[in-house]
Amino acid sequence: MTAATDTFEPSRAHQTWRRWKSRGMSVLLGVCAVAVISPLFLVLYFLVSKGASALDWNFFTQLPKPTGELGGGMANAIVGTLMLLGMAAVVGVPIGVMGGVYLAEYGSDRANYWIRFAADVLNGIPSIVWGVVVWALLVVPFKTFSAYAGGAALGFMMIPLIMRTTEEVLVLVPQSYREAGLALGIARWKIITVIVIKTALKGIITGILIATARIAGETAPLLFTALGNNFWNHNLSEPIAALPLQIYNYAISPYDDWHRQAWAGALVLMGMILTLNIIVRVISRGHNKSN
Amino acid sequence: MADVVPAKILVPQAVPAGGAPAHAPAMAEETIAFEVKNFSLWYGARQALHDITIRIPAKKVTAIIGPSGCGKSTFIRALNRMHELTPGTRIAGDVRLFGEDVYGSSVEPTVVRRRVGMVFQKSNPFPTMSIAENVLVGLRLNGLTQKSFLRQRLEESLRMAALWDEVKDTLGRPGISLSGGQQQRLCIARALAVKPEIILMDEPCSALDPIATAKVEELIHSLKVNYTVVIVTHNMQQAARCSDKTAFFYMGKLIEYDETRTIFMNPANPQTEAYVSGRFG
Repeated sequence: MTAATDTFEPSRAHQTWRRWKSRGMSVLLGVCAVAVISPLFLVLYFLVSKGASALDWNFFTQLPKPTGELGGGMANAIVGTLMLLGMAAVVGVPIGVMGGVYLAEYGSDRANYWIRFAADVLNGIPSIVWGVVVWALLVVPFKTFSAYAGGAALGFMMIPLIMRTTEEVLVLVPQSYREAGLALGIARWKIITVIVIKTALKGIITGILIATARIAGETAPLLFTALGNNFWNHNLSEPIAALPLQIYNYAISPYDDWHRQAWAGALVLMGMILTLNIIVRVISRGHNKSN
Repeated sequence: MADVVPAKILVPQAVPAGGAPAHAPAMAEETIAFEVKNFSLWYGARQALHDITIRIPAKKVTAIIGPSGCGKSTFIRALNRMHELTPGTRIAGDVRLFGEDVYGSSVEPTVVRRRVGMVFQKSNPFPTMSIAENVLVGLRLNGLTQKSFLRQRLEESLRMAALWDEVKDTLGRPGISLSGGQQQRLCIARALAVKPEIILMDEPCSALDPIATAKVEELIHSLKVNYTVVIVTHNMQQAARCSDKTAFFYMGKLIEYDETRTIFMNPANPQTEAYVSGRFG
């Protein structure tokens, strides 16, 4: 070692201090990381420990029992949530995806700036506000709470979410594919549908599933739209049950049995959302491999 | 590096140095594919092409050379209106393809591009499609679906692109599973499948190794029997090897355009001389 480097050599004591400082920071950061993920385990722990006891076959197959009778299930609410999500997708997916295509492929910079801004504001609107707006739009004029209104409220929430994720994945498709298509004399809309969207399809589906998972647990937009229902819904223009509503109603009730069922409902809802997230993981892992 | 060696050394001394260029009689007899008159192009306020006038002959290979940023890519993209993808471009002047106005008000850009195909610098097979699908995509999306016809055109295009023997047993595999040079030939096959009249190539070999480059150059040679090829290249040896005519662009202007041999052996303009002998650019 030369004299020049020796002068930059820290003292032994300083080296030890550095080592300890480094270790200390590593531990601190590790603790923060654990703190970030521990709520997930707390949630799962409480849901399983309090809800698992009420979770049986009847829970998935039976209607809620009248007040005072033990047992019963949330079959109608589980199916109701799935139906609401389906209706929300009918509203949110086409509009969201096509809006995203517009942003990525057609819009001018100026128009896009304002559309993105509006979408980001929409994403930040509290879900209860969506509930009130849809109540005024679809419940008041038709004089009835309905599954349609609930589906619409959730669908409206999906639109800006799906639009933004669709745009993001379409922008990632290299410009050279569009150019190659154009140079073959293919019409632009065919290039977009057959080449660009197909290339980004996994990303778009991932965005749709994330948006679905995001709204699946929403309660506020359903409070005065779908309203809830203790029986099967046979007509979409009538109120429909939904898991979050059922959980809410049971949780604020004075009965222990209903409390247990509320926990079980929360466990099922959590399971549904977790499943969606796992599907997203699997899809996007395949996505990375193919690229 | 090959680029460093002055091109003059590699070109056989067939034309005596200092002799007057004798190109005028040959030009009059040729069929002209592109007739470009006083063509200028602006990106916003910046003018990228200045008053270009050039006649590109049919069934020949025309090379466009010049230093980076001289407008050569811009020029060939203007020939099939690809530059219109860049917002804020504006043109003046006249481009005619076999006599027809490329920029006529009733002319659809898609129709122009069907007649004037393009191969890009970076190979870009569609990642979701197989080798066969990549070749046939232009036909399929333009409404041609007859199986026997597609099958025949597939083989024909891949043979022309000198790729058939390498991929004939793996036509169903993804296009992006091929090597870089094969991918570029696949892109050429894809461009050939729609039977364009002209093929524009924007530095088709700049991302390829020498062996793959040699294959593509050989291919360019064989293409000119049926096609008009316009190739943009950084590589002067490549221009010297595979083109019939060469245009030298500098700072958005066409400095000199002549038989390739004349450009490399006996250029009229001192700027051309300096560029082809490797003194700048």
